[in-house]
Amino acid sequence: MTIENLLDKPLSPWMKGGGPDEDIVLSSRVRLARNLEDVPFPGRADGQTLAAVAGEIRKSVGDLGAADKHVYMFVEMDKLPQLERNVLVEKHIISPHHADDDGHRALVVRDDAAVSIMVNEEDHLRIQCLVPGLNLQEAFALANRVDDLLEAKHTFAFHESAGYLTACPTNAGTGMRASVMLHLPALVLTSQINRIVAAATQLGLAVRGLYGEGTEAIGNIFQISNQITLGHSEQDIIDNLQTIARQVVQQERVAREALTKKSADALADRVWRAYGVLCYARSISGQEAMSLLSEVRLGIDLELITGVEAAVFNELLVTTRPNFLQKIAGREEISPGERDRLRAQLIREKLKEGKPDA
Amino acid sequence: MLCDDCKEKPASVHITKIVNNQKTERHLCDSCAEKAGELSFSTEVNFAFQDFLKGMMGSSFAALPQHKSEAACPSCGLTYGDFGRSGKIGCGECYTVYGDRLEPLLRRIHGTSCHTGKVPRRGGGKLALRQRLRQLKGDLDRHVSREEYEQAARVRDEIKALEGRISAEKG
Repeated sequence: MTIENLLDKPLSPWMKGGGPDEDIVLSSRVRLARNLEDVPFPGRADGQTLAAVAGEIRKSVGDLGAADKHVYMFVEMDKLPQLERNVLVEKHIISPHHADDDGHRALVVRDDAAVSIMVNEEDHLRIQCLVPGLNLQEAFALANRVDDLLEAKHTFAFHESAGYLTACPTNAGTGMRASVMLHLPALVLTSQINRIVAAATQLGLAVRGLYGEGTEAIGNIFQISNQITLGHSEQDIIDNLQTIARQVVQQERVAREALTKKSADALADRVWRAYGVLCYARSISGQEAMSLLSEVRLGIDLELITGVEAAVFNELLVTTRPNFLQKIAGREEISPGERDRLRAQLIREKLKEGKPDA
Repeated sequence: MLCDDCKEKPASVHITKIVNNQKTERHLCDSCAEKAGELSFSTEVNFAFQDFLKGMMGSSFAALPQHKSEAACPSCGLTYGDFGRSGKIGCGECYTVYGDRLEPLLRRIHGTSCHTGKVPRRGGGKLALRQRLRQLKGDLDRHVSREEYEQAARVRDEIKALEGRISAEKG
């Protein structure tokens, strides 16, 4: 297993689908922010200190592998070309900030990318676990285990009342940010999404669109996460988010049912048209691809389109992103036009694999 | 089709806006679209968070204008003013050094400044006991308010035992 395998293969476990409520919840993620005691946080530390932090963490990579029979890799970010770092961002393995510049940043990543640890991002450690479906409990259990394993060797900065100490006060306490990625086309189509966003916000959660700001999410994908990290236990935060996510899933199901009942023909026409465009387009922008893929996925979920795997959508979400396309092209520079052609080609080939029962 | 703005690169972002039934279309290349703020490819919320933070710290800043040659954190050299500018704390020690000023800020952000979650096992032994004690006291109140006296008695005994352990460790 090398980082190359991880970069070239589109599939992380969450993309294969599966897990509870997989028709609506693409993935569940838990991130824990941790810092080493008596070491300035990355923003205030000099290069030598940061290199030492990365060196210390590197020593624990073996322990992680021994504990769960997976292979963990340690990658120094400055050894990775910018394009490959960007691909890691598109695959949700690292944050855009971590891909930015070289501050002795490193990445520890499990062979299946379900666990990744950013070293020297805003905090010394950002432990991140990503699992398919609505399964925050499993993502948390995984992150907690990794935290325990690291904690066996390293002393983390901790304060009795402020909890785990982090560079940004918004992360202090549990240091935990949990989130779910939801595909909500029916709530968008029925113009109910703003109501949902407002409700979730009132309940102390943050909602944002994938790869975009504002309420207009590209591909109808939304991420809901906890805002507050201090004063509640990890379990309470997970339970709260899980409960609300389940409510949103429920609302999306109701909206889908209403759409099917009230406008079955229009809906069928719409999803098949989207499928048609994706099957035959010769050039397609990222944004158009995302919104058409979202409609096709809705069609698959509602069994209007059968014979095509729903997971195709999850995979194409990543493989049609600009950097991943460029990686496939295998060249330093490709023009936007060329990228749109390549994107269309990739989608055509992928959709050909499954023949719909039209 | 070339980009409407730079007229050089091919347009890759196509934007249709309908405002009050007025339809406008724009065709931009990636870089012009990003410049125009029409599309953000970032996955993180990256707005000027510091500005918010500054606003939240406003009152504590205003109260301390005399601290011009303010002492810096002995461990990382961060002054409270630095924190105000960057929104980032320098090290774990800062939480102690600026504790009385960070505390109200944490309360404003999180609604509380008291951690009740996980405690590291290393160096957190006594802390874990105290945390558990707090949890049990909460449980006791809950049981009493629900008139679940049997469970309440069990929790009370557990509290007593725990308090015994804590004072034995102190002694």
